[in-house]
Amino acid sequence: MNRREFIKITGGITAIFTFPEVILAGTRVTVSKAAARASIIWLQGQSCSGDSVSLLNSEDPDIASLITNHVSLNFHQTISIATGDTAIDILLKTIKEQRKDYILVFEGSLPKKSQIFCTIGEVNNKPVGASEWLTLLAKNAKAVVACGTCAAYGCIPAAKVRSQQQNPTNSTSIWEFLKDTKIKKRINIPGCPAHPDWVIGTLIHLIMNKRIKLDEYGRPLIYFKKTVHDRCEHLEEYKKEIFANNWGEKGCLYKLGCLGIDTHCDIPMRKWLKVNSCTKCGGGCIGCTEPPFPDYGNRGIFPTTKA
Amino acid sequence: MKKIIIDPITRIEGHLSVELEVDNGIVKDVFVRGDMFRGFETILLGRNPFDAVQITQRICGVCPISHGIESSRCVENACSVIPNTNGRLIRNIALASNFIQSHILHFYHLSALDFVDITAILKYTGKDEKLNRIKAWAQSELSERTKKNDKFIACSPFLPRYEGEDFYIKDTNLNITAIANYIKALDIRMKAHKLVAIFVGRVPHAIGLVAGGVAGLPDKQAIAMAEKILWEISDFINNSYIPDVIAVAKNYLDYLNIGHFSDFLAYGEFPQQNDGTQPYFMRGIVSNGKKSELDLSKITEQVRFSRYSSESNLHPSLGKTVADEKKENAYSWIKAPRYNGKPMEVGPLARVVINYLGGHTEIKREVDSLLSNLGISFTQFQSSLGRHASRAIEAKLLCKKISEWISLLDYNQMPRNVCEIPQSGNGAGVGEAPRGALGHWISIKNHVIENYQAVVPTTWNASPKDDSGIGGPMEQALLNISIKDEKNPIEAARVVRTFDPCLACAVHCLNNGRKISEYRVC
Repeated sequence: MNRREFIKITGGITAIFTFPEVILAGTRVTVSKAAARASIIWLQGQSCSGDSVSLLNSEDPDIASLITNHVSLNFHQTISIATGDTAIDILLKTIKEQRKDYILVFEGSLPKKSQIFCTIGEVNNKPVGASEWLTLLAKNAKAVVACGTCAAYGCIPAAKVRSQQQNPTNSTSIWEFLKDTKIKKRINIPGCPAHPDWVIGTLIHLIMNKRIKLDEYGRPLIYFKKTVHDRCEHLEEYKKEIFANNWGEKGCLYKLGCLGIDTHCDIPMRKWLKVNSCTKCGGGCIGCTEPPFPDYGNRGIFPTTKA
Repeated sequence: MKKIIIDPITRIEGHLSVELEVDNGIVKDVFVRGDMFRGFETILLGRNPFDAVQITQRICGVCPISHGIESSRCVENACSVIPNTNGRLIRNIALASNFIQSHILHFYHLSALDFVDITAILKYTGKDEKLNRIKAWAQSELSERTKKNDKFIACSPFLPRYEGEDFYIKDTNLNITAIANYIKALDIRMKAHKLVAIFVGRVPHAIGLVAGGVAGLPDKQAIAMAEKILWEISDFINNSYIPDVIAVAKNYLDYLNIGHFSDFLAYGEFPQQNDGTQPYFMRGIVSNGKKSELDLSKITEQVRFSRYSSESNLHPSLGKTVADEKKENAYSWIKAPRYNGKPMEVGPLARVVINYLGGHTEIKREVDSLLSNLGISFTQFQSSLGRHASRAIEAKLLCKKISEWISLLDYNQMPRNVCEIPQSGNGAGVGEAPRGALGHWISIKNHVIENYQAVVPTTWNASPKDDSGIGGPMEQALLNISIKDEKNPIEAARVVRTFDPCLACAVHCLNNGRKISEYRVC
């Protein structure tokens, strides 16, 4: 695979935001042997499974060719046929044999208050906390990928509580649990949900041992360098100062609280399922790829009470 | 008495486990446990009610559209606004598309491989390129991974699985057809999500859902694409999904006799009037074969075996949800909602049974045709297999309705009505998620959320035992089934999955505040 093809497959600067089958053929050389297919272990904490559902919405490559041509999806709670002990055995074996051949993808935040707020499986008749699996599996992983804003920054389960009560589970990003763990690579793919291209593109980078440049919040720059505003469908209206005052009206959505100016991601170009975007549909950017989501201090998502 | 624990139950949404007490291979007691808690209610307090429409969608990444719509409805209700026609139609289209997506995902990707033998792909001799590629993949996985010490991940995520004689279908052709449709269904469910994205911006977590209606109308080009996609989906449902459900049913007729439940509840959905009335799927209660009107004031939530220290058997909106992770004898984060003191099943089977008995012409026609095709009674339909069949029937009917709703859109009208958050007010929004009855309730003070609550489908279905020790629908459906091999309890996993549990939804019970009867129900 030459450099141009590589840039294309990982959704870089050529503005080709898809993964055409012809380009994928280039990667197939490296993964035609079972042992060469990178193992992925995908765990879920305090998640809504939205990032997993979003992954299933991948078109190029489609999910079937992803898991048969590119990776070996050893464990995924929503997809694995293995259930109960059969599933837990996969994790236990990976830990016991000190395997180092997998990438750990984690979806969802984690509770600091008590492990009982989120458990996966039982070992020796005791429920095991999702954070325990995380720390056990992270230290030998080739890379740890926080998939979605919950895992990366905490997101809604970790949101600031406006009343006098505490955050119910003292929930945080996964990194709070990995402060003392030596990890080869740490990557954040925020987004609520994360776009499947961002996830698959990043995984393919890792599998091919290509360097991934990250910004100060741990996000791959190829997807998160520019702001939504930079490439917004309503940019011309913004320049002409045509603003919508209520949802449903024509115009730039800035006055409705659109956070596109401060939010980094390529959705206006890439689109959701290739058909629509947060700004194009008229709702506006809610800033879900940024660490302060959904609080933005005391502002919240929408500042308006009449629209 | 032996104890079998299945933890985690995979191929569902979220963290669920099941503990079975088995005597001579027969299940004698069941404990269904929700293993995750976040506490959305506390997080919502003090925020802008408009934010709730976005935040509550994150309760669940599988049914965000349902949460977004109920949340919009309760905010509208508090603002004394109803959506306009375009807003109502686009919500119906987006929600119905997500129903179809969810039902197809559930049958093929979450459930089918409990019945279909995935290893049959190795016997494939045809010329289909995709199937041959998967066959080659499986062969290379099995041969290469056996040599090395990583047999346990060979063919993952399809293997390992529960192994046992007679667990899976033996007919190679049927298995191959089902595997081919498993692959095709991945594409079709993605396309159903494309429909959702065309109408409400993105999915999961739609940006286009806002109180008052929706944020925008798609352009003509997008509509043309939507119609083409819809045709493709409809073709798949009629020619693959429904035949596959019938084929699996014919191979597992014993599942018509297990997993029964006879009390059902539905709030109704897909309103055909802007004020929320005349839902295409009607609301109601069915108890022991008799249909009656739903009375929301008869709902209570019990917590004797749930990890909450708050008082039990209160109206869902009366008590507080105080998490108590150390509570003795409690085994779940799920509460036990009861209607008139009784557990109720919600979801596709509940909707289909209620509509069948309520005289819904199209549902009656579909169910009757299925009953005669399988040669079974309506009582047998109310079983594990009936849950799968009900999803297929809903998917087929909703496909037709989506076309109709698209044709009614008016491009000269706005997509919504303007909403102004009142200084104070209350609102309710009730309807159906793919998995069953869903209600959101809001209370506003000083323009911000004073109280918010949602009572969700899986809370009903996966509820633990109530104050009188009676289990929820899933626990009861598992009682007395036979488990051949305690190390491979596939029978129990199959029954659990027929409910399509969604744990992220079930465990967050948003409570405290006012009585339900104080809210005007839209």
